[in-house]
Amino acid sequence: MKISSVNGRPVNLDINTIDLPITAYASITHRITGLVLCAAVLVLLWFLNKSLASEADFIEVQQILSSTPIKVLMFLFLAPFWYHLVAGIRHLVMDMGIGESLEGGRLGAKIVFIVSAILIAITGVWLWGA
Amino acid sequence: MGRVTSIASLGRNGLYDWVVQRISALVIAAYFLFIVFFLVANPDLSYEQWHGLFSCLWMKVFSTISLLMLLAHVWIGVWSVLTDYMTPRLMGSKANIFRLIVELAVLAVVLIVAVIGLNIFWSL
Repeated sequence: MKISSVNGRPVNLDINTIDLPITAYASITHRITGLVLCAAVLVLLWFLNKSLASEADFIEVQQILSSTPIKVLMFLFLAPFWYHLVAGIRHLVMDMGIGESLEGGRLGAKIVFIVSAILIAITGVWLWGA
Repeated sequence: MGRVTSIASLGRNGLYDWVVQRISALVIAAYFLFIVFFLVANPDLSYEQWHGLFSCLWMKVFSTISLLMLLAHVWIGVWSVLTDYMTPRLMGSKANIFRLIVELAVLAVVLIVAVIGLNIFWSL
């Protein structure tokens, strides 16, 4: 741990030694899912282009999308999408002045995790038709 | 000018970026939810239906605006993350030049995707 040269008190800015609150996990997850979605856009645009090229390509895309590895890939795109969307809506709600207090922030973060978990579960059911 | 160098931010000012990030978020959300609902509502989707949807003028306009909004959203988001983590404090003295190179690479990909995307939508 570093010692401040100003007043000799310990300085702790090492994030690995700080217990992060749930709001911090909500924020970092929003960022990570955003970066994952950047990659998703490239793949989805490729699929869109192929699906629109011709009827044969369209059927081929349908077949590719129904294979298990690609279904897993789509799930790995849709799950971050739902989280990013719900966390983004929380931002808009907080912009309107709702849930800005410490307790409101914690509750909002919990709601984001729970609602996105439900949407991700529904997506899994939709993909695998359980 | 804020405490971080804002020369590479989209609007070159935080308030403008803040507004663009929120408006673009609403447009992207509307577009993707529309596509998701369309796919859920048409489980036996045919090529004619799919091609027909993207051939409509309103859908071309909707797709174009959504893609441009998405790329602005990506740029602001990635810029925010890079300026937070690719810093001299976390990465050493070469951080600023390294971040600039990464930012230019991201910008190049954003512009390429814009051209490819517009080509897909308007060649139908």
